[in-house]
Amino acid sequence: MIDWAWIADHLDDFVGRAGQHLYLTAIAVSVGFVISFGLAVWSVRQRRAYGPILAASGVLYTIPSLALFPFFVPVTGLTDLTALVPLVLYSLVIFVRNIVTGLDGVPAEVLEAADGTGFDRFGRFWRVEVPLALPLIVAGIRLAAVSTIGLVTITALLGDRFGGLGFFIFEGLRHSFATEIFLGGLGSIALAVAVDAILVRVQRRLTPWS
Amino acid sequence: MELIAGIARWFADPAHWQGPAGVPTRVFEHLLLSAAALAIAAFVGLSIGLFVGHTRRGASIAVGLANLGRAFPTLAVMGLVFPLTAAIDNQLGFKVYPAVIGLIVLAIPPILVNAYTGVAGVNPEIVEAGRANGMRERQVLTMVELPLAVPAILSGVRSGASQIVATATLAAIFGGPGLGRYLVEGYAQRDYPMMWAGVILVGVVFAGVELGFAVLQRGLTSQGVQTGYVLASADHRSGTVRGEAA
Repeated sequence: MIDWAWIADHLDDFVGRAGQHLYLTAIAVSVGFVISFGLAVWSVRQRRAYGPILAASGVLYTIPSLALFPFFVPVTGLTDLTALVPLVLYSLVIFVRNIVTGLDGVPAEVLEAADGTGFDRFGRFWRVEVPLALPLIVAGIRLAAVSTIGLVTITALLGDRFGGLGFFIFEGLRHSFATEIFLGGLGSIALAVAVDAILVRVQRRLTPWS
Repeated sequence: MELIAGIARWFADPAHWQGPAGVPTRVFEHLLLSAAALAIAAFVGLSIGLFVGHTRRGASIAVGLANLGRAFPTLAVMGLVFPLTAAIDNQLGFKVYPAVIGLIVLAIPPILVNAYTGVAGVNPEIVEAGRANGMRERQVLTMVELPLAVPAILSGVRSGASQIVATATLAAIFGGPGLGRYLVEGYAQRDYPMMWAGVILVGVVFAGVELGFAVLQRGLTSQGVQTGYVLASADHRSGTVRGEAA
């Protein structure tokens, strides 16, 4: 049922696609995190902003990926940006919600104690609030990374130069070639599980107290 | 602007409201596909979640597996089972089963983890009070733990249902049924009004399902839990925010 010779012939291709998968995921998650961090800090300072930000990112999240990936083709052409912009947009709701919940969870007494100890606002934010919010922030990174890996498989819809390991799923379906579908499916699952496992380690390292 | 006018024209065309590719048929297919996946996912997720929550046996394995399953890309699961289901049934096996299985795998983790945290988080003194009143284990589960865990259980089923409804569009990649067909065919034929009509329909169905669950949640939650008279469970929301059992 599985054509091992074909797999052996396409190992280079597999490694290249896995690399593309990780590259798209890493860029999208990093950019999404930076934007979300700004939005989250703004939401915590300006409570009125939180509702609209959450609603807007929530609506974006419900737009099916099959429509959002093609949406930017007229603007960006078939470049990496076509895939990256929707990936970033999808990560926002996960990040913003987790970062805001984390920052909100810092007890008022702790903030008062920090003020009493003589922290200025900048120092209090980076050395007291962010470290205490870290468990939820890192949990958000984990969720966003895994969800982005899943979404990258769907970018294969845009054409052969996209999709990471999802490319094999799409091409295998086009040619009704089970081996290739298996390779893409198992490869994507393995990639997601491996990244998740690594991030759990990071999570434990960064927040040994939780 | 032109696109918006195009979408409006698409919806106004009576031809799009009838026949096998019409809106009512596609919406019905979408809901049927989602409901089938949700029913199976809820059966599996709730059975395991309630059992583990009540007995505490195998909790770390069950929650660990559920969290592992969360990482699985849905398209990859669909692709992986496709050659197998296609070999079993040369109609539904090609177009429907892969999507149903992918969606089941998608929805089991939130349902299972929330059911587990809900039941395990019920105040142990209330559970003991049930036992002291002579309840059997089955009665403790169905008459004490279950009613108190309803908010947590339903929020798990609700999040599973919303994820299914939003993701069921992927069925169209396999030529399957549902609203995803408008997206895939719209993109393939460069028929953008059709594609965005599909997006709007998915949004409407999604909002409808959310609304339905909000109503259900109110209806099924006992008065005592709703008013906060009985503290149901420690914190059922942490399960969804953290992405794992607190």
